[in-house]
Amino acid sequence: MRRVAVIGVGHSAFGVRKDVNLSELAFEAVSPALDDAGIAGEDIDLVSFASVGGMYEEALPAVVVAEYCGLTGAGLLRCEAACASGSAAFLASYLDVASGNADVAMAVGTEKMTEVDTPTMMELIGRAGSYLWEFHNFGMTFPAYYALYASAHMARFGTTEEDLALVAVKNHRYGALNPKAHFQRETTVDEVLASYPVAWPLKLYDCCPICDGAAAVVLASEERAREIGVDAPIWVSGVGYASDTANLVKRPDYVGLGASVSASERAYEMAGLSPDDVEVATVHDCFTIAEIMAYEDLGFCGKGEGARLVREGATEIGGKVAVNVDGGLKAKGHPIGATGCSMIYELTKQLRGEAERRQRQAPLERYVALAHNVGGTGHYCYVTILRR
Amino acid sequence: MWSAMPSIRSRTLSLVFEIPTSRTLEFWRRIEEGEFHTTRCRGCGALHFPPVADCPECRSSEMEWVELDGRGVVAAFTHVVARPASFQGHAPYTIAIARLEEGVRVLAWLRDADITRVEVGMRVRLQVGRTPEGEASYWFVPA
Repeated sequence: MRRVAVIGVGHSAFGVRKDVNLSELAFEAVSPALDDAGIAGEDIDLVSFASVGGMYEEALPAVVVAEYCGLTGAGLLRCEAACASGSAAFLASYLDVASGNADVAMAVGTEKMTEVDTPTMMELIGRAGSYLWEFHNFGMTFPAYYALYASAHMARFGTTEEDLALVAVKNHRYGALNPKAHFQRETTVDEVLASYPVAWPLKLYDCCPICDGAAAVVLASEERAREIGVDAPIWVSGVGYASDTANLVKRPDYVGLGASVSASERAYEMAGLSPDDVEVATVHDCFTIAEIMAYEDLGFCGKGEGARLVREGATEIGGKVAVNVDGGLKAKGHPIGATGCSMIYELTKQLRGEAERRQRQAPLERYVALAHNVGGTGHYCYVTILRR
Repeated sequence: MWSAMPSIRSRTLSLVFEIPTSRTLEFWRRIEEGEFHTTRCRGCGALHFPPVADCPECRSSEMEWVELDGRGVVAAFTHVVARPASFQGHAPYTIAIARLEEGVRVLAWLRDADITRVEVGMRVRLQVGRTPEGEASYWFVPA
């Protein structure tokens, strides 16, 4: 396996994007990623396209997007790992370059979630588990999956609804500073607590929005990165992956995601790093409880101590580790297939010292960044460690 | 501003799937009879819920059906207010995962409970019957 660098990134504006179709949205990420890398579409050997799909009109979105963005002819595949599809696509491109099979590859994540109405979207992602035993008679929803975990975490560790609200407040504060974010506004604990109940204990402001967006990442071998003359290659230092059961009833407890623990251990081992080395992280905060569990599962604190971390401000800029300072899924938005690539975009910008706006640039000494991307309720997990 | 954006409405696609149940039909037949059964592997003795035709532990396809007592303790729960499209006709509902005395866990609605008193650790028991829509099903009630 050879060293692989991220040499270009691109990101559309996230939000309700009824002004563009799927391909036009993808172009907003692909074109700047090619410019950033200083290459053209024909230089790409493989395109791994991430999208969950089924919620917009195209059945073969990868081919439609590749044609529109001038990538036709490259090797092409579509990756599905629910909300971690973007990381699955990143892995496919990474492995193709690391193995020596390709010199340059691109992972593109795109999701268009607002072409159907909200109850239909709830129906589609409520089936993100085991249909017959969780949805058919019981109407599970995606917030309900994480609400089950929240109820168990609160009962075991004394985590409160106010603690959950603090995650939303932190992430909205950074979302307000991110020109790409869906919600560029702050919120308050009182506003979160008073918001519409979705699946107790989760309220509307504990949930990420239904969102449209795209992000793209260009990867290259060390040799090709030097030939192109990339100023600041960002090295892929560790990749870890794991999965868990489809049926939640097959799991021993509901206070953390086993796949996050396993995937992160694998990534730390490959990178030769520990959780204490991480200075900036994007963690999978599709719901506020998910960020608290992520702190624990990734080893940023001990089990049951996640709420204390957010209460003490340890995960803000200037704290122990800056987490989701792009607004996270919560405020930046979560176009499910795009999120994995969006995380790599953000961390690449952070490691280059190019975060916009400047107030949300994390101070770095070791230049170690971690992306944690979960599909479903810990059904899939990918952890990627980047270094400058 | 966004809602005023021009668009073309796609053709309608309505999907209904016929899900095969021949291998686990006994589960649904026993539900009709008022009993809650699941599978135990004759190869390795593993008890499974949901019931299965093939054992993921030892890959045996020899199963026996065993009745579960149905008493258990709530491990996690939620009150679902924002409901999917096909549940819009229902009132908000409570979903619980309970660990049964036999060791397996079951996810189902918790009915007839005062929602202000539902908590992790509460004792529940399974009931079987039909939903208002006429579907064979099962749910928890406070024990």
